[in-house]
Amino acid sequence: MTTAWRFAGGEATEPGAAQAEPSAVGEPVSEAPSGREPFVGARVGGAQVQSQNLSIWYGAKRAIAGVTLSIPRHAITAIIGPSGCGKSTYLRAINRMNDTIRGCRTEGTLLVDEEDVYGPNVDPVLLRKKVGLIFQKPNPFPKSVYRNVAFGVQLHYRATREELGKVVESALRQANLWDEVKDRIDDSALGLSGGQQQRLCIARALAVDPEILLMDEPCSALDPIATAKIEDLMFELKKDMTIVIVTHNMQQAARVADYTAFLYLGKLIEFNRTRDLFERPGEELTEKYITGRFG
Amino acid sequence: MIPRSRAVRRLEEWTFVVGFLVAVGIAVLALAVLLGSILVAAWPRLTPAILFNYSNSTNPATAGYAAAVVGTLWIVGLTLLFSLPLGIAAGIYLQEYGGRGILSRILQAGVSNLAGVPSVVFGLLGLAVFVRALGMGPVVLAGALTLTMLVFPYVVITTQEAVRAVPQSIRDAALALGSTKWQAIRKQVLPAAAPGLLTGAILAASRAIGETAPLLVIGALFLQTFIPYGPDSPFVALPVQIYAYTILPVNQWGGVAAAGMIVLMGILFSFNAVAIVVRNRLQRQRW
Repeated sequence: MTTAWRFAGGEATEPGAAQAEPSAVGEPVSEAPSGREPFVGARVGGAQVQSQNLSIWYGAKRAIAGVTLSIPRHAITAIIGPSGCGKSTYLRAINRMNDTIRGCRTEGTLLVDEEDVYGPNVDPVLLRKKVGLIFQKPNPFPKSVYRNVAFGVQLHYRATREELGKVVESALRQANLWDEVKDRIDDSALGLSGGQQQRLCIARALAVDPEILLMDEPCSALDPIATAKIEDLMFELKKDMTIVIVTHNMQQAARVADYTAFLYLGKLIEFNRTRDLFERPGEELTEKYITGRFG
Repeated sequence: MIPRSRAVRRLEEWTFVVGFLVAVGIAVLALAVLLGSILVAAWPRLTPAILFNYSNSTNPATAGYAAAVVGTLWIVGLTLLFSLPLGIAAGIYLQEYGGRGILSRILQAGVSNLAGVPSVVFGLLGLAVFVRALGMGPVVLAGALTLTMLVFPYVVITTQEAVRAVPQSIRDAALALGSTKWQAIRKQVLPAAAPGLLTGAILAASRAIGETAPLLVIGALFLQTFIPYGPDSPFVALPVQIYAYTILPVNQWGGVAAAGMIVLMGILFSFNAVAIVVRNRLQRQRW
């Protein structure tokens, strides 16, 4: 486990304080998964994001209803479910991007590295540095490729030109984009293709060195080739970071995710290793959904 | 269902396009007639001397707008200096920070209503507050502050529109990288909104340059034979000077007044041209 990068203010909660509760949630991962063994989430030590009875309201409408889920570290976790089931809402709760939505209210507990994200001393600005978010539609800034990637770095650091150049290059390399854009680094990012723009958005997020990357249907606007590039990239990235991806494409979840959570009408129906969930769904609803009988 | 007749639909289309063209044509024609008649009237007086002669009320041949041109530049320059930062800041607040609470709705209603207040009312307010209460006297600064109040709501409203037009996805992208709200606004929203902000500046300048009534009320001079030397100088502005010439009892001043209008429009157009060039450049290379 990497050293916790505290995003709360000086008086952060002590590491031990929040630890007692989650153990009730996590079920130990058995070494050799067999049969129908119930699986609620990753082992506590291996979980980086944990929600306990998390509910989210938009005004009077409840989008997420009491979801308890442990998202494992350094793995890809997919959240699937039909449109409007709350998967994006859940994802955006993790780095508090729901704060920007008027009338959105969150209840329950959401822990990132055992620290309550909605706790009193948490600065969402620092949380979001640690927990990056990739949007459904590529949204590069109307600036050059370089300025897009440099922007996030400059928010948090005073960097010299050389330092900045290095970070930009390494982020672009990490996102497998460097070779395609190194000759047009000062051109507008809006001139890139959709897939390149999305990888630029990933590079932009990587440049601030997040530990968790949230992806909200990152490939839904992309063609299959661009999608494959992003999926390859996710495999490389999960060595160093935890990835949570929302997708309405079940093939994609099956391809990339180590774990999959199925949400329906704001409730967590089932969470399991991807293979188990797809091959031996434990719930009838899950089976109906993954076999395409509704949704 | 009965199919709609193609001929009728085509006729309808054609009729409306012609209608729109006629509307545009009338507007352009009116402007052309206006400019043409002013130009004809101004022609005999339209010499460089009109810019360098001071005002007088006895001889149209030696009358000019030297003091008025400088006065207008002072007034408009100071008005923009005050109203742009103030209006842009207020617009950002109302649009980005204000929320939908009762306070910001009151402020919003206030700004909208302020935009509809007749300009002479601002003149009276300026006279009471700046000229009298604050004891400035009828000087450039008092005029500029009065016009600042006048153009402020326009700057606020255009700022709000420009900022609102920036897609939410840009703000979200910045926030998701861990920017503070102000960093997102300062580094992404405002640059993207810059062309719209310049539109606000053009509107404000156009408004300020043509205002006559408030400056009359606060006590602009009619006959000024010196160049306004600073913010504390008595002044005359172009529209006031034009008005002053038109009310002279002798009927020989039409040409001088018309020439003043040409000068006024020349200043306005050149200011707008600069703003438009800057705006286009901003739009072309925003990165």
